[in-house]
Amino acid sequence: MEVRRLTGEAAMRRRLEDIGLTEGSRVTCLMKSPLGDPKAYRIQGAVIALRDRDAATVFGVPITPSPHDVENGRRGRRWR
Amino acid sequence: MALMPKRNDSAPSFQEKEKVIALAGNPNVGKSTLFNRLTGMRQHTGNWTGKTVGVAEGHCRLGEQPMTVVDLPGTYSLFAHSEEERVAKEVICSELPDLVAIVCDATCLGRNLILVLQILSVTDRAVVFVNLMDEAKKKGIEIDLDLLSDRLGVPVVGLSARSGKGIDDAVRVMQTASDGVAPLHSDQEPRALAETAEQIAEEVTIKRQERDVRDRTVDRIVTSKLFGFPLMLLLLALIFWITIEGANIPSALLAKGLFWVEDRLMEGMNALGAPWWLSGALVSGVYRTVAWVVSVMLPPMAIFFPLFTILEDLGYLPRIAFNLDRCFCGCNACGKQALTMCMGFGCNAVGVTGCRIIDSKRERLIAMLTNSFVPCNGRFPTLIALISIFFVSAGGFGGSLLSALALAGLILLSVLVTLGCSKLLSCTLLRGEPSSFTLELPPYRPPQVGQVILRSVLDRTVFVLGRAVAVAAPAGLILWILANGKVDGVGILWHLAGWLDPIGSLLGMDGVILLAFLLALPAAEIFLPVLLMAYTSSGSLIEYGGLEELRLILSENGWTALSACCVVIFLLFHFPCSTTLMTIRKESGKLRWAILAAVLPTVIGALLCLIISFVSRLLI
Repeated sequence: MEVRRLTGEAAMRRRLEDIGLTEGSRVTCLMKSPLGDPKAYRIQGAVIALRDRDAATVFGVPITPSPHDVENGRRGRRWR
Repeated sequence: MALMPKRNDSAPSFQEKEKVIALAGNPNVGKSTLFNRLTGMRQHTGNWTGKTVGVAEGHCRLGEQPMTVVDLPGTYSLFAHSEEERVAKEVICSELPDLVAIVCDATCLGRNLILVLQILSVTDRAVVFVNLMDEAKKKGIEIDLDLLSDRLGVPVVGLSARSGKGIDDAVRVMQTASDGVAPLHSDQEPRALAETAEQIAEEVTIKRQERDVRDRTVDRIVTSKLFGFPLMLLLLALIFWITIEGANIPSALLAKGLFWVEDRLMEGMNALGAPWWLSGALVSGVYRTVAWVVSVMLPPMAIFFPLFTILEDLGYLPRIAFNLDRCFCGCNACGKQALTMCMGFGCNAVGVTGCRIIDSKRERLIAMLTNSFVPCNGRFPTLIALISIFFVSAGGFGGSLLSALALAGLILLSVLVTLGCSKLLSCTLLRGEPSSFTLELPPYRPPQVGQVILRSVLDRTVFVLGRAVAVAAPAGLILWILANGKVDGVGILWHLAGWLDPIGSLLGMDGVILLAFLLALPAAEIFLPVLLMAYTSSGSLIEYGGLEELRLILSENGWTALSACCVVIFLLFHFPCSTTLMTIRKESGKLRWAILAAVLPTVIGALLCLIISFVSRLLI
């Protein structure tokens, strides 16, 4: 999905922007941990784990699946 | 204290006139590997975010010119969030470095460029090294370095620090670039900065395809609901099994050899006509304690450390943190605590220093205070020996397998207690909500096995063993004096043990055991040697020739399965060694946290022992 808005508090937003989760960037959920939370996302080519409560502050819209998403059998998903 | 050579915690000191080059970059992009390449030093590297928490410095030559290279902790941005990032920021923004070499990961250039742009906006003395070019190539990513250099306005070199490819170019560029470059200045807002970074990355990255299907498949297995946790336990048990199975024979051989030397030493001393107290103190005191430490500790360590380092190199540790984060989150703590726990397996003091990777101060303190619940390498050999002797009667293959499982069970217990204590702390003294958390899962990298074995044996094993021996030698002397110095016809040692006896028996142990725990405060490694020394100094000289003789000594002194069980529990949960306590004092800045770090595990261990001995007495 494509990120549209970061609604977390300033420090968290800053943190997410630093790792490349900015408005307009693309994010794909790759996998869940055994207990369901946290989940791992592909952000700017790297795999980064976020807890659900932090990921819930990120709003975005789904985008048409890229060839890569189809290859992995997954699509960008929407939080919340 | 740390396992790495020449490591400072604060801003490093520099010699005048030497040019200073700072290596900066995102976490886990290979700064330390490059540092080692440049300086020929052996700073320990690992495949996970936050490996370097302090600042390391080393020297090298660029042509004729001597240089100081500074390896900074990885940071995502100059707006520091955590302690180790603050250290990096301070050095970059100061006037100290003549040149900042920004190391990037070719496989995710976009994110790396954010930091590059930030650094370029505060300094004009910078070069960019795009590392991991070989890995990127494997993933089908190619990078137009000339174009990147053009866009950024600074020299750019592509390299593969692991294989050494491109290092010469890097050195050449550092030589010329340190005379001044003209970078692109951008005083942009963070959002615009990130956009620029992504734009540049897209421009210079050719044929961008995600070809990490294999990594994702592996990840889906090691973090799956079904296999995630069993696989972690299985790996742990496997490592222990190899350690136990492999350490037995060399341990016995070493003991035989070292005690043969002791006999010769004693003969030599007698031949020279040395008085009994001198030869006693030096040979039966100092030498024998050292010999015990070496023969009990060396083989398990020489096997355990390389195995663990291979896991670390592979990139498995962050997956452990990923799997366990939910548990730590439930205790209002940070999932990265799992990483510091893993470091604690090596050495608790290193684990405590590693807690700097945790952003929130509250969660960092929790991780520091509970770090010693994980048995460090000073305690492992003793645990292994006691388990093999008292709880696994079957010999051979089945026996060592059972020992490994028992040890894995103990580790599980220590993790549970860690979680329980973290919960307890976050409900009482360190109340608070869990903070936000981001954890990078790096790509798997094939471990450099030969390198790993060499490094872990040379750096870690020799270091830990050296420390143990350095503590064991004076401890052996003190112990010999305590055992042989007599008050009212009885050795001082036995007076002390006598006083501690009531408490000891209440906890299912005896006074000598408690005394050994106290005397082993400088280093847990010497617990078993101190104990054996105390037991054997009273009567005839018994030499440790292997586990069987160890069993004989202990059972002759009244050890039962109950006392062994209590000792094992108390060994897991008691005050950490003095080095760890001092590290906690330094890292937390307050003495009271160090005191709490000593009291908390001791109380828990004592309570557990009390319950165990009480229940077993009720049953028998």
